[in-house]
Amino acid sequence: MDLLEYQGKQLFGKHGVPVPDGRPATTVPEAVEAAEELGYPVVIKAQVQIGGRGKAGGIKLASDRAEAEQHAAAILGMDIRGFMVHELYVEKASEIDEEYYAAIVFDRSAKKPMAMLSRMGGMDVEEVADTDPEAMRMLHVDPLLGLQDFHGRRLAFDSGIAADVVRPVGAMLAKLYDVFVREDATLVEVNPLLVTKSREVVALDAKVTVDDNALFRHPDVAEMRDLSGEDEQERMAKERGLTYVKLDGNVGILGNGAGLVMSTLDVVAQAGGRPANFLDAGGGSKAEAITSAVEVILSDEKVRAVLFNIFGGITRCDEVARGLIEAFEQIKPEVPFVVRLDGTNDKEGRALLAEADLPNVHTEATMLGAAEKVVELAAA
Amino acid sequence: MAILVDQDTRLVVSGITGREGTFHSLRNRDYGTNVVAGVTPGKGGQDVDGVPVFDTFHDAVEQTGANTAMVFVPPRFAADSILEAEDAGIDLIVTITEGIPAHDELRVYNHLKRGRSRLVGPNCPGILSPGKANVGIIPAQFFKEGNVGLVSRSGTLTYQIGNELAQRGFGNSTIVGIGGDPVPGSSFIDMLELFEADPETELIVMCGEIGGSAEEEAAGYIAESVSKPVLAYIAGFTAPPGKTMGHAGAIVSGTKGTAAAKAEALEAKGVRVGRNPTQVSEIAVEILGTRV
Repeated sequence: MDLLEYQGKQLFGKHGVPVPDGRPATTVPEAVEAAEELGYPVVIKAQVQIGGRGKAGGIKLASDRAEAEQHAAAILGMDIRGFMVHELYVEKASEIDEEYYAAIVFDRSAKKPMAMLSRMGGMDVEEVADTDPEAMRMLHVDPLLGLQDFHGRRLAFDSGIAADVVRPVGAMLAKLYDVFVREDATLVEVNPLLVTKSREVVALDAKVTVDDNALFRHPDVAEMRDLSGEDEQERMAKERGLTYVKLDGNVGILGNGAGLVMSTLDVVAQAGGRPANFLDAGGGSKAEAITSAVEVILSDEKVRAVLFNIFGGITRCDEVARGLIEAFEQIKPEVPFVVRLDGTNDKEGRALLAEADLPNVHTEATMLGAAEKVVELAAA
Repeated sequence: MAILVDQDTRLVVSGITGREGTFHSLRNRDYGTNVVAGVTPGKGGQDVDGVPVFDTFHDAVEQTGANTAMVFVPPRFAADSILEAEDAGIDLIVTITEGIPAHDELRVYNHLKRGRSRLVGPNCPGILSPGKANVGIIPAQFFKEGNVGLVSRSGTLTYQIGNELAQRGFGNSTIVGIGGDPVPGSSFIDMLELFEADPETELIVMCGEIGGSAEEEAAGYIAESVSKPVLAYIAGFTAPPGKTMGHAGAIVSGTKGTAAAKAEALEAKGVRVGRNPTQVSEIAVEILGTRV
């Protein structure tokens, strides 16, 4: 789960990472009130989960009430690369002396956390890594030991940042690591990490990703989920306990098990079709789960045909067939279905479908045959 | 021969008294796996259809000589259970549980690496050595003994590919699910090493998916250290960046972890990559000859 800047900064504050004073706002009057409280100049920042806010006009400096009002009104409702701005963060403006970059990331390859620091912040960090790899210093941390002071100092000295801020930057790294571990984050990124004119070190931005699997121990973070940023179908699927990812094609897809569903999308694409979604009905799906999965798939109006690709292990094919029959009774779909059932109780499942004789449901014996058939039907 | 599980496996199941735990433990026993014990704190002294339940792994190991553990407990208790199994001296810990927090997995992985216990999973379907032992939830009825070693990050996709191979007459030495999480206890490389040393295995099929760099790392290892033919399949060519495709570990970040990059890395090292599960079985026929 990706947090918005101000949510990340709330976690920073909780763990002692210095941040400029600021207030979230969802309306123009709220933003103006926040600005008045903070004192000018303030920066009004769009809260969206996408980079490049500044270039898109989503970050503006306001030096008085009129400007605060004008900028807040302009930014709220703005579309930044497909993300609608519903929230603002009003922050006390900082006087910039130097901009660095700091992050704690989860290095999957080394299976360890990795601390990163660069004296070249405020810009696209991948660009820095490409043009001047030496400018980005990295250090793996043993998760059983944690980030020690010497790690922070070593990175700070190695990265060539100004000598007078080595200690506070090292200290900030240690605190960012606290955020990373204690909040179950998989990414904590500060770009830019700011040195102000008075040589104070603050986190001017915050990018935090929290592990969805750990939300059970962070109810406060779980409440931060930004539902407005989620697709309607994805939200509906989540409420029903299904794993659904919306794509932009017209072939609806349901399978059991993440790998098999991914493979099904690929095979449909190879057959010349465009998948409308990824939907994993999960292991051991019962008929009701299948029925609600059909509802989710068909709630996407672009879907012209649906493919069921099931290899039953724990999942029983007769349950899948029952779910589909039930879905036809409840929803009466208008698009054709192609069904491929293999594995546990496949014969029973196919017999149930044959008996029900549902309109416009085609059974296929193989995954490839089913993919070809559904692509043909979606194009018809 | 086979790898990891066989007739010498003495299985202890953590979470045996839960609904799923009971079902699959007994299913494994019915297959012929030697299920010697269960562990559920507070339920020591009970039994599950004749399998004795202990309060701790230590008691189970001491009294039954268990050498392999299967972890079936809910995500919030799983890391603790794995660490307890390791502390009790279990050699192989197979973790089926899905949804364990990444930081728990990081700590477990880095701790286990210092000892001698091997972890397979989490979030995996387990390990099946056809005709010998089944530890986990793989539906054994689709597989028979043979010379193809199969290692995969995904459950049902393994069944699909295994079934395509079976239809062409191939059986398996062992099928290992290493799991779909970002920190798997065992990697493709660990399994390639075991299959390379297993005399029964003549072809290794590895089934990868988007996310991380495990397939790329395996490609380098195969070129240097594997003499047996390796055949690969990668799922997720159509996955868009930034979206988790069902498995916590299956996500393309920026330009990293794409299926195309993985297939390319493998092919660059001479590993043939099937474009769909059916093609994998066709290439297997080319490599090993027709078995039907």
